[in-house]
Amino acid sequence: MGRWTGRFLVGLALTIGSVAMLFPLWWMLVISLESPQRAGAAAEGGGSIAVWPEEIHWSNYSEALKQIGTEPWQGFFDALANSIVITVLVVIGTVLSSSLVGFAFARINFRGRKFMFLVMLATMMLPAQVTMIPLFLVFRSLGWIDTILPLVIPAFFGSAFFIFMYRQFIAQISESLIEAARIDGYGMLGIWWRIILPMCKPVTAITAIFTFIFVWNDFLGPLIYLHSDDQSTLALALNSFRNQYGGLENVHLLMAVSVVTMIPCVVLFFAAQRAFVEGIGAGAVKG
Amino acid sequence: MANVRLQSIGKTYPGGVRAVDNLSLEIADGEFVVLVGPSGCGKSTTLRMIAGLESITDGTLFIGDRQVNGVAARDRDIAMVFQDYALYPHMNVGRNLSFGLLRRRKYPSRLRALFSGAYRTHRREERRAIADRVAQAASVLGLEDLLDRHPRALSGGQRQRVALGRAIVRDPSVFLLDEPLSNLDAKLRGEMRTELRRLHRQLGATMVHVTHDQEEAMTLGDRLVVMKDGVVQQCGPPAELYEHPANRFVASFIGTPEMNFLEGVIEDGSVFVGEGHRFALPKDRWSSLSVGQQVTLGIRPEHLALATEGDAMFTGEAEVVEQLGDRTDVILANGNRRMTARIASGSGLREGDSASLRADLNQAHVFVVGDGENRVETT
Repeated sequence: MGRWTGRFLVGLALTIGSVAMLFPLWWMLVISLESPQRAGAAAEGGGSIAVWPEEIHWSNYSEALKQIGTEPWQGFFDALANSIVITVLVVIGTVLSSSLVGFAFARINFRGRKFMFLVMLATMMLPAQVTMIPLFLVFRSLGWIDTILPLVIPAFFGSAFFIFMYRQFIAQISESLIEAARIDGYGMLGIWWRIILPMCKPVTAITAIFTFIFVWNDFLGPLIYLHSDDQSTLALALNSFRNQYGGLENVHLLMAVSVVTMIPCVVLFFAAQRAFVEGIGAGAVKG
Repeated sequence: MANVRLQSIGKTYPGGVRAVDNLSLEIADGEFVVLVGPSGCGKSTTLRMIAGLESITDGTLFIGDRQVNGVAARDRDIAMVFQDYALYPHMNVGRNLSFGLLRRRKYPSRLRALFSGAYRTHRREERRAIADRVAQAASVLGLEDLLDRHPRALSGGQRQRVALGRAIVRDPSVFLLDEPLSNLDAKLRGEMRTELRRLHRQLGATMVHVTHDQEEAMTLGDRLVVMKDGVVQQCGPPAELYEHPANRFVASFIGTPEMNFLEGVIEDGSVFVGEGHRFALPKDRWSSLSVGQQVTLGIRPEHLALATEGDAMFTGEAEVVEQLGDRTDVILANGNRRMTARIASGSGLREGDSASLRADLNQAHVFVVGDGENRVETT
């Protein structure tokens, strides 16, 4: 098999794969812009599958977003603000705590370090469903139900998977950098903040993006802990919108809300793509 | 600047490995001392103990008049240059240089300034003072044009220079250099060696340099400390170590090509018999030798010369002939025994030729066989 045949086959496989992945998203976008009749027909399977809307109805978006919650627009902006606040706090908390703990596991010798690291890894094996009820009881006794605290505070105590990632990355950083900073007068916290964290950019980017996407789309957490309408997140709002306007006659509105919910994740991914690839460590030490 | 005093310093790692044993050394103010030895001899550990990066198991360490055993690295007023440079990769050269100074700003004085309403002026002054020192250090090392670059955009020699600059800018009492030249290529290493000497002269600083390269040690140090297995073998100026090595280890470690050694026995008071050869040792030079004593005869390559018939002490085939321009290094082989000689160029000797060597025994060294392999003092 020649070099070009190989390339062609790889390209073909990738194209088929990406079409299969992207088509549902594209179709969601198309339906969200269709007229109610054509959208309903397409969803029902009666109409043909349009690759491009016959006529673009931007008004679907304003109509859909207006109908979230009880007050026009109010529900949407409340949910958006809640989602942003929760997500941003959780991302900050996860990055700070996970990198700090990862740094400690990688670079500080303390008694029981290996054992503690194992225990921490073991928590990854626990399915979230197992801890759900005990956690709920704990948060209820703290009086945190129907506040964002149960969703945000745990993030400031690290996440096993990201701690593991940070630890692996930090373990590769030359010890002499840390020693140089010690001689330069910095303590462990100063070294973490000024040397380690800036050098961990690739890990931080991955941590931030994964956490963002997970928290932004998280449905179960907010469903358990947030009850009032004005505490609702976008994921919850999308769900109650679906309950209310789930019929085929409203499928264009449902798709419009879904697209809006999805946009931040897509934008973030493309914006941070470079950070995935970029290695900041080059040139730190000999090489 | 300050002197450094190590009194019976020892280091035992968890697990019982004794890295440094009973090391006593006094480094004078402004002196350039080189710790040298093969890898694992404890030289780097010693340096790291002075730096405060490694705890001291026993003994006491003084920097200046202050005992610093329990003092943190940052409070010892030392600067260290690392083998891998340890430049902060996310900071440009200017930031790398000023990083340590930023930390040394005096917070009490800032607080006072805050209350007296002169905070902004105070901060501006602080910044200017730091910028001045960075500029000064940069000019000493010719780094002015590199201040905005990141370490990854620098060559090895430039990185090394920045690492030195980071030490200089702090104006420490003691400079500690941990094999700073070992990652450079041969030509650059030579240049940096000259640069280090120049810096030492210019700054008049106390410097402790660690290397495994005896040539580097000889050219740099005011004084050398040769270590092996955590124990100091000898300490002295380069010439003294070369001419009067304390034992066989120092004799073989210092000098390239390595000293030649012949095992043998003393006969008739001043005749050395070894490996089928008899040499009359200069009378009275080794009067302490007794008949039948097992000794090793050590002869430096430059004290060997091509022999004419009669005075030959060693005959063999020229295995390697290295032309070095003004001189030629020759390795003669006879069975398993090899002798290296450094002779004047122009002998016409080629590889494969048979040749004989004679030795200038007035320059030879005699070492006791057995424990310590100490050199026998001449009278």
